[in-house]
Amino acid sequence: MNKCVERIYNGIIKENPTFVLMLGMCPTLAVTTTAINGVGMGLSTTAVLVFSNLIISALRNIIPDRVRIPAYIVIVASLVTIVQLLLQAFVRSLYSSLGIFIPLIVVNCIILGRAEAYAAKNGPIESAFDGIGMGLGFTVGLTSIAIVREILGAGAVFGFTFVPEDFRITIFGLAPGAFFVLAVLTALQNLAKAPSATNGSAPQSALACGGNCASCHGSACMSNHAELEAIREKAEAEAAAKKKAAAEKAAAANAAGQNAPAGRKE
Amino acid sequence: MKELILVIVGAALVNNIILSQFQGLCPFLGVSKKVDTSLGMGGAVIFVIVLASIVTNLIYTFVLVPFKVTYLQTIAFILVIAALVQFVEMFLKKNVPSLYQALGVFLPLITTNCAVLGSALTNVQKEYNFILSVANGFGTAVGFTVAIVLLASIRESIEDNDIPFNFQGSPIVLITSGLMAIAFMGFSGLIK
Repeated sequence: MNKCVERIYNGIIKENPTFVLMLGMCPTLAVTTTAINGVGMGLSTTAVLVFSNLIISALRNIIPDRVRIPAYIVIVASLVTIVQLLLQAFVRSLYSSLGIFIPLIVVNCIILGRAEAYAAKNGPIESAFDGIGMGLGFTVGLTSIAIVREILGAGAVFGFTFVPEDFRITIFGLAPGAFFVLAVLTALQNLAKAPSATNGSAPQSALACGGNCASCHGSACMSNHAELEAIREKAEAEAAAKKKAAAEKAAAANAAGQNAPAGRKE
Repeated sequence: MKELILVIVGAALVNNIILSQFQGLCPFLGVSKKVDTSLGMGGAVIFVIVLASIVTNLIYTFVLVPFKVTYLQTIAFILVIAALVQFVEMFLKKNVPSLYQALGVFLPLITTNCAVLGSALTNVQKEYNFILSVANGFGTAVGFTVAIVLLASIRESIEDNDIPFNFQGSPIVLITSGLMAIAFMGFSGLIK
């Protein structure tokens, strides 16, 4: 249970996908025009992330290593389709305002990144909690950026208007405003020397690519594969060495045991 | 003909895929340090998006619609795009080594690029026919290339500038993109 709480803390604070890892920039910039959209997008991603982590982790020993990426993509795409149909049926307003960014959850770096970095190596329960933590971290990130943009651009929070029309800065609600808000955010992180992928002080991921899609040059996936293989081989070699050492010890003890009575006999 | 030009210009400038639609931001921010590499990336994106527009349109019209499974479009498109990129990479490596040299390293990166899947889904959403889909794909990719090459050249020239310490690195790139987005908003009056 403690481990599960640690995963949630890790997702929201330590490795926050928006503020620290800087993953999933497309939805972060595109849908954060109003706080409601930010929450909706965050929670949709959370739902996909939790179930994709759970399923991938449960199937991690069945999926062959070589075709794991296509297999992950199929799982994630199916889940995204389910979420899309549910939103279309029950939350029509959110469905129309998020638009094309709902199907684009499939190509969100966070989801495949967590599948590779965590779910492929850990049990289903921890992976599901990792998904909850990361998803909530993403939701918090999107919502806080969206609140800033909504106050500056539309003078409102969650649709509740309190700034008179003359004092609004419309550009923050439009495309350029998204870039400016994120620029100031990263500058503040540099100022505070906060851990962030943008100033290179984010905690390094166990992956070869560091889970950083911005610096990915495509082949990271393959080197990642090689790295994982190397780790596995090392672990296997270590286990074999341990086994051998244990066997030798046992044999020595056995031999000593045989020698001792033999010695006593003489 | 007029409609074709409107779709291409609309996709390339008015609704620029990066600066107004926010798709494909990862390569936009990640591969824009040098003009050469950004040109290579742009070329690869044009190549893949046009091919993907052709293939996804054919799949949609001749497989998904007749079998009434259009709700599977996300799964079908992403798989087709991933397979297509792999196939194109292998084909170029074997048959057109010169093109592979230029675009090869960027190809795998494009599989999980929002822009490719995004333009395929937009084609379906706007109910474009085959010709218009290809035109829209081409326009989108040209818009991507224009934006990434512009950003790369600006980044090359601001490299030696005296930027406040806290704004060095990503913040100044984001501010540059913001200013570019403002400039591109000027195109919105181009097409009514």
